[in-house]
Amino acid sequence: MTEPVLSVRDLKVQFVTRRGVLKAIDGVSFDIAPGEVLGVVGESGAGKSVTGSAVIGLIEPPGRIAGGEIRLKGERIDNLAPEAMRRVRGKRIGMIFQDPLTSLNPLYTVGEQLVETIRTHLPLSAGQARRRAIDLLAEVGIPAPDRRIDGYPHEFSGGMRQRVVIALALSAEPELVIADEPTTALDVSVQAQIITLIKRLCAERGTAVMLVTHDMGVIAETADRVAVMYSGRIVEIGPVRDVVKHPLHPYAVGLMGAIPSLETHADRLVQIRGSMPRLSAIPPGCAFHPRCERAFARCAVDRPEPLDRDRRKVACHLYDEAHAEIAS
Amino acid sequence: MLAFIIRRLVQSIGVLLAVAFIAFAMFRFVGDPVNQIVSIEASAEERAQIRESLGLNDPFVVQFARYVGRAATLDFGISYQFRQPVTKLLGERMPATLELALVSAVFALVVGIPMGVYTALRRDSWLAKLFQAVSLVGVSLPTFLIGILLIYVFAVTLGWLPSFGRGEVVRLGDWWTTGFLTTSGLRALILPSITLGLFQMTLIMRLVRAEMLEVLRTDYIKFARARGLTRRAINFGHALKNTLVPVITITGLQLGSIIAFAIITETVFQWPGMGVLFLQAVQNVDIPIMAAYLLLIAFLFVVINLAVDLLYAVVDPRLKVTVRAA
Repeated sequence: MTEPVLSVRDLKVQFVTRRGVLKAIDGVSFDIAPGEVLGVVGESGAGKSVTGSAVIGLIEPPGRIAGGEIRLKGERIDNLAPEAMRRVRGKRIGMIFQDPLTSLNPLYTVGEQLVETIRTHLPLSAGQARRRAIDLLAEVGIPAPDRRIDGYPHEFSGGMRQRVVIALALSAEPELVIADEPTTALDVSVQAQIITLIKRLCAERGTAVMLVTHDMGVIAETADRVAVMYSGRIVEIGPVRDVVKHPLHPYAVGLMGAIPSLETHADRLVQIRGSMPRLSAIPPGCAFHPRCERAFARCAVDRPEPLDRDRRKVACHLYDEAHAEIAS
Repeated sequence: MLAFIIRRLVQSIGVLLAVAFIAFAMFRFVGDPVNQIVSIEASAEERAQIRESLGLNDPFVVQFARYVGRAATLDFGISYQFRQPVTKLLGERMPATLELALVSAVFALVVGIPMGVYTALRRDSWLAKLFQAVSLVGVSLPTFLIGILLIYVFAVTLGWLPSFGRGEVVRLGDWWTTGFLTTSGLRALILPSITLGLFQMTLIMRLVRAEMLEVLRTDYIKFARARGLTRRAINFGHALKNTLVPVITITGLQLGSIIAFAIITETVFQWPGMGVLFLQAVQNVDIPIMAAYLLLIAFLFVVINLAVDLLYAVVDPRLKVTVRAA
């Protein structure tokens, strides 16, 4: 197997507050191979976005990376000096944010913002950078890019602005793109276009993608593998087909059951009772056990570690061989 | 854009006419102008003659129209106390006030903006906390007290700077005198400018700080960080520029008040400007000077506001569209 672009091992992110230390991410490990799209799903507050911010080094105080390793092409980046990490951001890891309406600085033309980003990372003259910016705008599907490059963000529609944001994220040919809910703020009609665009551009360049979303439909269409997060941990990670069609972890089962389907008829969608625990009150053992219908004694005391099951990993005692008889 | 300017100009003229009306009303209602001109011994006939020659028997509207017409040609009549044209008196003193106001405003901006940026970026450093504390003093101390304290420390105790006057001035052209070209003129400017500008400086500093903190939380700053831009480019190119619209508004309005309220500073430092002239005029019921001063200040406010509106469009492209559409 080729070396992964991104390799995260036992990552822990904590927020130090007056009421104590909140564990936003508690021991997350995953890899992303070159050109691969990893979908990260989960409810709000599960730690999806914080994982993305940690990878690109944008966790802000009072948050901090409390443990673990993040490696980009084998090189550790979680402990880089601020200036060295700045050079990684934008150049080797690009990021796409949720809301294109607020991601662009309203006082500069899209061209100025593109040229600024390009020239920060690549040794190009102003003229070369501008030509590159026009090419990028054309690539992300902006009509008449040589004219539109001098437009201000408010002269673009939401979908067009998100295309500009994508062009900005890809402007220095990064090895990894983190897309944090890239379609959530968009009109349903343009969501599919934007997702297709991200997937196509990254496939052409061989760029790996970490796609954070709570939209299972987007994941099913786009991702190669998917990681399901709950309460700051990955409960199940594996090929998207396996996880979506045959989820193993009870939480993943509930999550996939909540997707409406045209093929199977159901009067009611599956509902997971209760809600995710607050970070200040994560239950001991498996964080999901109070809501889990298949929980047993061990779940309340013993925290499940990820177990290998075929091509995936599941953090659930049901799949521990020693308890196989209870599971069956 | 042109339609916008024309509309604002028409509005400005309306404002100036209203102020002119108030100024003119002073002539009619604050004592009889004839009494201010003639001596006590003047006979009733003489008084009637002067009244007729000044056109004071004409209807109110005609007199007002005549006053506005003269004001438009910069003729504000003769000062009661100096027996000289008001325009000449104000013109002689205007350079002193304008130079003082300009230096104060530049001082307020040049010191206030960097201090605001610094206190926003290094919120927890001791220097930022010191600036914050000093700014509280600047906001709360009355101007005359600051002036007296500065005179006491730097002029009386240390003897570094002059305590009053403009120093040596150089005449430029027909009517402008400047203190910028001589050492004593420049030295004389320091204390009054600090006195006049300190309040504005602390105001600008606190404003820039608050706006910076607001802008630094926005998504586009986060995105700028994610794009790997340098700290310098983010803080000054992206964040500071977005704080400028409110700063321009406040600075513009404050520039007007700096000129209008230079009166106190000019009095403390015996600065030979329009403020001192105005105070003398009030003491001696010299209505032509008071009326002209009122109009002049109104005119400056109107011009500054117009300039501020035009500057918005330069800084923020989104406003250009609204301005064009309006």
